[in-house]
Amino acid sequence: MMKHILGVLVENHPGVLSKVSGLFSRRGFNIYSLAVGMTEDPTVSRITIVVEGDSYIVEQVIKQLNKLIDVIKVSKIEEDSLTRELALIKVKAEPNTRHQIVELINIFRAQVVDINKNHLIVEITGDSEKITALVDMLKDYGIEEMVRTGAIAINRGKRMLKDERNKGGYDNGNNVL
Amino acid sequence: MKMTGAEAVVRALELEGVDTIFGYPGGAVTHIYDALGRSSIHHVLVRNEQAAAHGANGYARATGKVGVCISTSGPGATNMITGIATAYMDSIPIVAITGQVPLSMVGRDVFQEADITGATEPFTKYSYLVRNPGDLPRIFKEAFHIASTGRPGPVLIDIPKDIAMATLDFKYPTEVNLRGYRPTYMGHPGQIKRMIRAIEESCRPLICVGGGAVSSDATEEIMELAERIKAPVASTLMGIGAFPGDHHLSLGFLGQHGVYAANRAVEEADLLILLGARMGDRATGKAEEFAQKAKVIHVDIDPAEIGKNIGPNIPIVGDIKTTLRELLQKDIERNDWGWLSRAREWKQVYEGLGDCHKGLNPMEIIKTLSDMVPENTILVTDVGQHQIWAGRYYKTRRPRAFLTSGGLGTMGYGLPAALGAKLGCRDKEVVLLIGDGGLQMNLAELATLVQEGAPVKIMILNNGYLGMVREIQEKIHGGRYYQTRMEGNPDFVKLADAYGIKGFRVENQEKIEWGIKKLLSWNGPIIGEFVIDPTANVIPIQGGKDDEAHIRGIG
Repeated sequence: MMKHILGVLVENHPGVLSKVSGLFSRRGFNIYSLAVGMTEDPTVSRITIVVEGDSYIVEQVIKQLNKLIDVIKVSKIEEDSLTRELALIKVKAEPNTRHQIVELINIFRAQVVDINKNHLIVEITGDSEKITALVDMLKDYGIEEMVRTGAIAINRGKRMLKDERNKGGYDNGNNVL
Repeated sequence: MKMTGAEAVVRALELEGVDTIFGYPGGAVTHIYDALGRSSIHHVLVRNEQAAAHGANGYARATGKVGVCISTSGPGATNMITGIATAYMDSIPIVAITGQVPLSMVGRDVFQEADITGATEPFTKYSYLVRNPGDLPRIFKEAFHIASTGRPGPVLIDIPKDIAMATLDFKYPTEVNLRGYRPTYMGHPGQIKRMIRAIEESCRPLICVGGGAVSSDATEEIMELAERIKAPVASTLMGIGAFPGDHHLSLGFLGQHGVYAANRAVEEADLLILLGARMGDRATGKAEEFAQKAKVIHVDIDPAEIGKNIGPNIPIVGDIKTTLRELLQKDIERNDWGWLSRAREWKQVYEGLGDCHKGLNPMEIIKTLSDMVPENTILVTDVGQHQIWAGRYYKTRRPRAFLTSGGLGTMGYGLPAALGAKLGCRDKEVVLLIGDGGLQMNLAELATLVQEGAPVKIMILNNGYLGMVREIQEKIHGGRYYQTRMEGNPDFVKLADAYGIKGFRVENQEKIEWGIKKLLSWNGPIIGEFVIDPTANVIPIQGGKDDEAHIRGIG
């Protein structure tokens, strides 16, 4: 199944996130990940949703999201966009393995953010594949605990979500599917 | 102007032109009720909150205005959910007001607390939990706007008790500004051009109207279009009345339970013009086998409906009336009558119920009713066999005159909806067609009818069964009838008497006309019980045998 990234601008009200997430379960759409946070405008939050499905599903997701009154804009984020996830990985690190792990981390341009006698906590940002690759490498040393955010994504160049056509292209006079 | 939250609620309702409200009081709404009691608004005391929402629904559908209902918190609010969901599925504009425990207590599971905005999330167009008394005027203004514009639907306002008691400076906004809500009314001109070309190129155009054609008030435009392009018109269950059932171009109701002519026309058409019809599963049967030969034009105000069930060739997002008006300005005409004569032949195919030996023939009752009712009659149905018979055999002559729970299929809808319709349109005859099962689901509302003195004409088709399920058990489950026989039914005539309502029973075929005349001439609420053949089915008999496709459809 294809993964698609949607950028969604919503009113920064209480309860909006549950309206959005409820819609996904209700309509039987699968969310791969979801991340939400403030934007440059304090009245607007931005949700990045990674959804799995074919083109019919994605079209339905976009249309149903557009129907929500608290949703201001929905747009598909292009494949060449910048996407980032963050992960914090607590990995077993004995004095004899510590050096190898740090070398590995450097290759990924990740950072050690905490250390004690037996553990390291690694912080890494990047796209999904990069993080998964590091996780795979660290598995051999023993990952004790891991926390990972959903993806956030932004289009490159001057394209901005807030400038996209209203409601995903259903502008008055431009409601051609 | 300084006033309490409760007074602000009532003031806002008055400013929205609300004259009738359906509700049931309780601890969390006593302040609002206190203010209501001092207002010009007429409150209808239902017997269960579900009926308040159905009442508002019937009122809204009959009048075209927004219906309003109110209940207390907790169980009052949860009782309303079925009514809210019913309105949502049929896109009916209602505003539901619920009381809530004081804001400071919300989330602590206090007495009569329920998260009603959460619980109704899937069934509301929008909902509010009021957190600040100063927001009340804006919220009411928005709620009525959202409920009644675009694709209409229910909006819920949950008002904590302390908000109703607080004081605010009341200033009612004159306009609404919702950046995330701007429905598209005018269809795209380029798409309208494509629509015209498609119509001109078509040999066998068919128009199909849905509930959106009723809510958009587009009957005149649809008639003009049909007449100018010589297209027959089929209707979904929700679209009944959007095009006059007695018009020579009307084919009747399509779908799994629809009539032969309409379904046959869908099969044969080379152009299908869907107007405000979402084409749900009951209307299409198997979507991939639907209208195989046709190019599809789909006009709907809700973009999400376009392409959801049927993939159209020409999608047009817009209001039916506005878009058709634009279309009709153009020079559009078709003068080929050939296709119509075939459609007319299909209308002649006899689809009856066969002989009814064990009781009255429901088709005959409904056809007689259809012939005898005055022009301005609103027929309200409940859900089940009688609903389908009404769809098939009753000729609805105008919009907003056939009220039925089409989407959710809510048994118990009929009685409170008929009351709502009558209170909204006192000058019109309101006939409720209902089964013995459906009537008992909201039976207590007979008291509301009496309290209101509303002359609703109740016509029970009593077969002593939950007939639709009985029919499925007969056709699909080898005749193993289980839990569909309504043993313990009351004597409906005595029951009417207990409520102080006129009641009578008809068991002879010769008395059908007499019974209907009695219903229509009585000046007050009245119950006529028609004892029908319990073996009568909705699946029609064609050429002496059951229609196979229908049987597959109802399972």
